[in-house]
Amino acid sequence: MLNQYETVFICTPVLSDPQVKETVNKFKDIITKSGGEMVNDEDWGMKKLAYPIQKKSTGFYHLFEFKADPSLISKLEIEFRRDERVIRFMTVKLEKYAVEYSEKRRRLRKEKTEKKEG
Amino acid sequence: MAQNTSEIRYLTPPSVEIKKKKYCRFKKNGIKYVDYKDPEFLKKFLNEQGKILPRRITGTSLKYQRKVGQAIKRARQIALLPYVTDMMK
Repeated sequence: MLNQYETVFICTPVLSDPQVKETVNKFKDIITKSGGEMVNDEDWGMKKLAYPIQKKSTGFYHLFEFKADPSLISKLEIEFRRDERVIRFMTVKLEKYAVEYSEKRRRLRKEKTEKKEG
Repeated sequence: MAQNTSEIRYLTPPSVEIKKKKYCRFKKNGIKYVDYKDPEFLKKFLNEQGKILPRRITGTSLKYQRKVGQAIKRARQIALLPYVTDMMK
């Protein structure tokens, strides 16, 4: 039984760009190796937080969309809690309309980036 | 007597305020999912202190008010929206 999930997490701003990439790849590996299927992977870059978390006012946002078995989520969240580089994370299950919306959103984003490049 | 009362004439015609009917923007535009990743949109449902506005002000239907509330709370959790603030707009 596969559900579609979405995870947003924030890395500490003290990391350098390759360190952020390494963190992202680590969690991507956890998902793919335990039978999850990555659907989308978005980097929002450095963003200002609406309120300070661990006395930090900025952070690197990252979004994962994936299909996975429910048992994977607890495993993934344990890894998020253990990792000191991640200051906040949230996993949300996508229902029927949310999946539709995320597909639409992805298409729009794709068109936008293509326009920028072209 | 009843006829007399209906014949009262005003010097200035009483102003009848036509209230603009509120509507649910989700039902009108066919939006089925409220995204928590879009803080600019969710700000329409907050006052300047960052509190969620009641339905009687925004006109949202109950079904979507619940979804808006859920989305705002999620956005707060990942620091896209503040829990408490002053002068948000």
